[in-house]
Amino acid sequence: MNLNELTAHQLLEMIRDRQVSQLDVLDSLRRRIEQVEPQIRAYVRLEGRGDILGCIDTSVDGFESSELRGIPVSIKDNICTRGYNTECCSRILQGFRPPYHATVVKKLIDAGAYVMQIKNNMDEFAFGSSTENSCFGPTRNPWDLERVVGGSSGGCAAAIAADEAVVALGSDTGGSIRQPASFCGVVGLKPTYGRVSRFGLIAFASSLDQIGPITKDVQDAALLLKIIAGYDPLDSTSVDMPVPDYTQALINDIKHIKIGVPQEYFIEGIDEQVREITLQAIEKLRQLGAQVYDISLPHTEYAVPVYYIIATAEASSNLARFDGVQYGIRSTDQNPGIDNKIIQMYKTTRGEGFGDEVKRRVILGTFALSYGYYEAYYLRAQKVRTMIREDFERAFNTVDCIVTPTSPSVAFKIGEKIQNPLQMYLSDIFTISANLAGIPAISLPCGFTDKGLPVGLQILARGFNEEMLFRVAYTYEQNTEWHLRKPEINGIPACNRS
Amino acid sequence: MAIDKETVSYVAHLARIRLSERELDLLSRQLEDIVNFIDKLKEIDILAVKPTSHVLPIKNLFREDKPTKSLNINEVLNNAPSQRDSFFVVPKIIE
Repeated sequence: MNLNELTAHQLLEMIRDRQVSQLDVLDSLRRRIEQVEPQIRAYVRLEGRGDILGCIDTSVDGFESSELRGIPVSIKDNICTRGYNTECCSRILQGFRPPYHATVVKKLIDAGAYVMQIKNNMDEFAFGSSTENSCFGPTRNPWDLERVVGGSSGGCAAAIAADEAVVALGSDTGGSIRQPASFCGVVGLKPTYGRVSRFGLIAFASSLDQIGPITKDVQDAALLLKIIAGYDPLDSTSVDMPVPDYTQALINDIKHIKIGVPQEYFIEGIDEQVREITLQAIEKLRQLGAQVYDISLPHTEYAVPVYYIIATAEASSNLARFDGVQYGIRSTDQNPGIDNKIIQMYKTTRGEGFGDEVKRRVILGTFALSYGYYEAYYLRAQKVRTMIREDFERAFNTVDCIVTPTSPSVAFKIGEKIQNPLQMYLSDIFTISANLAGIPAISLPCGFTDKGLPVGLQILARGFNEEMLFRVAYTYEQNTEWHLRKPEINGIPACNRS
Repeated sequence: MAIDKETVSYVAHLARIRLSERELDLLSRQLEDIVNFIDKLKEIDILAVKPTSHVLPIKNLFREDKPTKSLNINEVLNNAPSQRDSFFVVPKIIE
């Protein structure tokens, strides 16, 4: 048994009982990263670093009584860590070292966590569903190195699946935590909009973004959410509501819980094995005492078009700040044009600094907001968004939670969808609605295809009812063994967790 | 709807992004596909529906107008491609 394969709650128990030290945990992670990272590439900017992990200072006041006692946390490259590169895996932010910590990072440090200085790979600015849009190149799926890890928090999910990290923080705008968690066979949670402060998260779409945990099991997700949730004066969209002790919601009992299964999520085009495995998981929940109902979310088919207007419009505005003035790179191209010198500098810097998908989305978003198209696209999308929200409100009048597949497919081949943006967008079809409606959703492993690829089960609940997600997910997990399976990476043997 | 190269070129100007000829060609075709897909929204009746800009029941939150500690100016300027004294340096704006 290697320490890097354990969950945070297992390690905490061993640290408390003085069976192991925090330094042992770090050593074990360091060895694992050296062993598999050349194949997986879950982290970025490792080249030329002497010690990849640094050292934990266990002598600080209160460390021994802290909640996380030096548990290492791995962070997506779009969450600011003071003094350590945070580049959103984009050329335009090369060399950026934030002068402050994101609130979630500060909360983790205050709780005694060891925040890792190396960061996780992602699609550039979180634009993508495969982590192929990173300027550092793709991360490879630990279950099959020819396949993508999903995205955009693909580095986090791969690091957890390959035991190169204990727990990780990602961000989810349209499924960027849940879809990679599903492709990698791990747990990923998108909290309710407003539950977690986004101060220090480099913004993509401000009405949709949330930070959340990616972990090896449901208990770790609850442990982490309890620490990062809460009101923050630095984020006016964070909500001033008490934070429950989410670990108290880990109840192995779902008798009389009402589960809705929306017919619109079992449409044509969904992978046959994904459908089968999801239906088996729902049957398992029924056997465990839940009451299962067929429900309808009639505007589901409009979620993707709504999302790609709203998310790109907000992104085009948020990404205006990357202009070669305050941070990152500035183009030295002096090519004379019709524009004055500063406009020319903006254009060449952004032309050179942004990757293809970023250009595509910023231009699409600018188009949707431009004169003559605003009403036809942006305003219309905001109205259909209301109808999608109302679908959920109606559903939650009769059921406690909703269960669906996380993604219509398993991890696809690297390169398979990168030339066809629309095909790539459709891989988010089941995760986007939760962001549009602002509700919480979790993905957890619920089986494997005959090729050995993991399938994820998504559970959604009312806003600020993460406890319902934890209860249903925990019960399923405690009564199945999917979360204990480990990938064998290129002949490097896997060890099953006990 | 057809998206021609002129439209993409104009929108790229608004977005302050320089595109190569090859990128212009490719983006016109891809954006046309995406916009045609998005046009699916035109089939719904939205006349009586109010727009959602975000899901929380909050509006215009103001903090007290009190000075607080600012960031360290050197740490901030260290990230700039060009800086002098306590300022960001940009190319000349008035020719």
